[in-house]
Amino acid sequence: MSSTLPARSAPIQRQAKDEKRNMSNSPLPNSRRQSALPDRVFGWVAKGAAFLTLTLLFGILVSLVYGAWPAITKYGLGFLTSSTWDPVKNEYGGLVMIYGTVATSFIALLIAIPVSFGIALFLTELAPAWLKRPLGTAIELLAAVPSIVYGMWGLLVFGPILATYVQQPLQRAFGEVPVLGALFSGPPVGIGILSAGIILAIMIIPFIASVMRDVFEVTPPLLKESAYALGSTTWEVVSKVVLPYTKAGVVGGIMLGLGRALGETMAVTFVIGNFNQLDSLSLFQAANSITSALANEFPEAGEGLHQAALIYLGLVLFFITFVVLALSKVMLAQLNKHEGTKT
Amino acid sequence: MSAVLHNARLAKFAWRKLTNQVALVLSLAAMSFGLFWLFWILFETIRLGVGGLAVATFTQMTPAPNEVGGLANAIYGSFLIVTMATFVGTPIGIMAGIYLAEYDTDGWLATLTRFVNDILLSAPSIVIGLFVYAVVVSQFKSYSGWAGVMALALIVIPVVIRTTENMLQLVPSGLREAAYALGAPKWKVITKITLRAARAGVVTGILLAVARIAGETAPLLFTALNNQFWNSDMSQPMASLPVTIFKFAMSPYENWQQLAWAGVFLITLAVLGLNILARILTRNKD
Repeated sequence: MSSTLPARSAPIQRQAKDEKRNMSNSPLPNSRRQSALPDRVFGWVAKGAAFLTLTLLFGILVSLVYGAWPAITKYGLGFLTSSTWDPVKNEYGGLVMIYGTVATSFIALLIAIPVSFGIALFLTELAPAWLKRPLGTAIELLAAVPSIVYGMWGLLVFGPILATYVQQPLQRAFGEVPVLGALFSGPPVGIGILSAGIILAIMIIPFIASVMRDVFEVTPPLLKESAYALGSTTWEVVSKVVLPYTKAGVVGGIMLGLGRALGETMAVTFVIGNFNQLDSLSLFQAANSITSALANEFPEAGEGLHQAALIYLGLVLFFITFVVLALSKVMLAQLNKHEGTKT
Repeated sequence: MSAVLHNARLAKFAWRKLTNQVALVLSLAAMSFGLFWLFWILFETIRLGVGGLAVATFTQMTPAPNEVGGLANAIYGSFLIVTMATFVGTPIGIMAGIYLAEYDTDGWLATLTRFVNDILLSAPSIVIGLFVYAVVVSQFKSYSGWAGVMALALIVIPVVIRTTENMLQLVPSGLREAAYALGAPKWKVITKITLRAARAGVVTGILLAVARIAGETAPLLFTALNNQFWNSDMSQPMASLPVTIFKFAMSPYENWQQLAWAGVFLITLAVLGLNILARILTRNKD
């Protein structure tokens, strides 16, 4: 069990809402008898720890808004659409970083979704029983590898290979084509939005694949067997029976992967090039993302508007990931509601 | 049944069969694709990391560019920060997990806490670093090991809450009921019966949390900063392995890059080792 990956709540305990495990609470509720002091203190400490989690989230929001306040009052929402970033003239705008974050996450999702779907399909339908566990473990180990390892490997091993075998041929093939050529026009040295996107894809594949595998396994066998009995092929069962049944869970898993990709720092910082530009939309050009801007500039940012602008970026990132993760939870909860009900 | 209809049906079936086979081959390719990256990354980490490893790596301190040195202070600093963060975060996480599983499981506080906890679990760790910077570092006007400890503890807490709650829920109610029937107060039932029964799972959760923070760099970037020398004083900036690797890897110096690979190898070894250990612990329970 890996808790860096999402775990479904134990279904056995969750489904029986009507028996609220009354006997698990103290048999005599507070009205008749005062519990002894140690009991009450223990209860308070436990409740306080739960409150602490809530205050943590609240505290993060408040401290980010407070830190970003100078930049918020100066730029307002225009910060999100301005692309100047000039510490010397004290003019800031977050468009370059936001574009970098969104573009790398988009490329990552583009690659990761089909691959994760293939992996989940393999693990649930094709793999023999003795192979399922080791393969599942291997994929989950991909999630356990720290992001700084991905970053270093990406910069020093993957980048040069990407440059020689992918970027340069792509540039030779598409360089002259009018619209596509602009996408492939930057210096093919192995860093940039494309590299960051590919490495992010590898990082989020285990998250999406593990959620997809869990939700595929939850489909009632009766549905699948009925489809097989009518003569469907395996692919038809998956695409026409399993996928529609689990679509909320699949989307939830994808949004979870997206949330991870948006917040990833070290892997992106190593390979994105850290160059504040938006002049060319080329995938090969160095760029900047919110997380890499924070990682590179924050330690040396002067107090005042520079720091406030960076914290404003952090606030934007936190807000985006909050929304994405909340949506993912809602979608996954929708699927959990079906568990244990009659189909 | 005409021959035309029969042939049409055969053709349609052949098409469906072909689609099926293509899909299955693609899914096998996707699986190999995923495994390929894992093996390649591990292979390169071992190859380049072991090459940079020597006795000096563990005994000497981080050097200036182009000088001989090691990672001793970074390893020690990481060890200190990770241990302290685990000590700080685990009790809070376990108590909150106990609240979620044992007290008022379906109440508003528990539902809200679960929701918030899952968000914090996947929140960008650099934002946590920013928060601790705003609250601790700018108040005390200095980077310190304690700020790094706090940032990592904030990452430990959601992980431990999630696993503790899940493990406590798996304990059968009969155990609790038997303890209550014998007259035990609630806190004794929880600590001596339920938590004991879920012990292996809770320990696994702590191991996974340790594995997660051992590799975290972003929260330490502006809390514990970095330190080129040996430092046991937690109120000063402390070296840590991930931040040192970050600094060394992006540099153009050969010896720094070699040390960075050695550091990467050590971290990967520790993290994967902890994960596999955690897996072994839970597997024996099945």
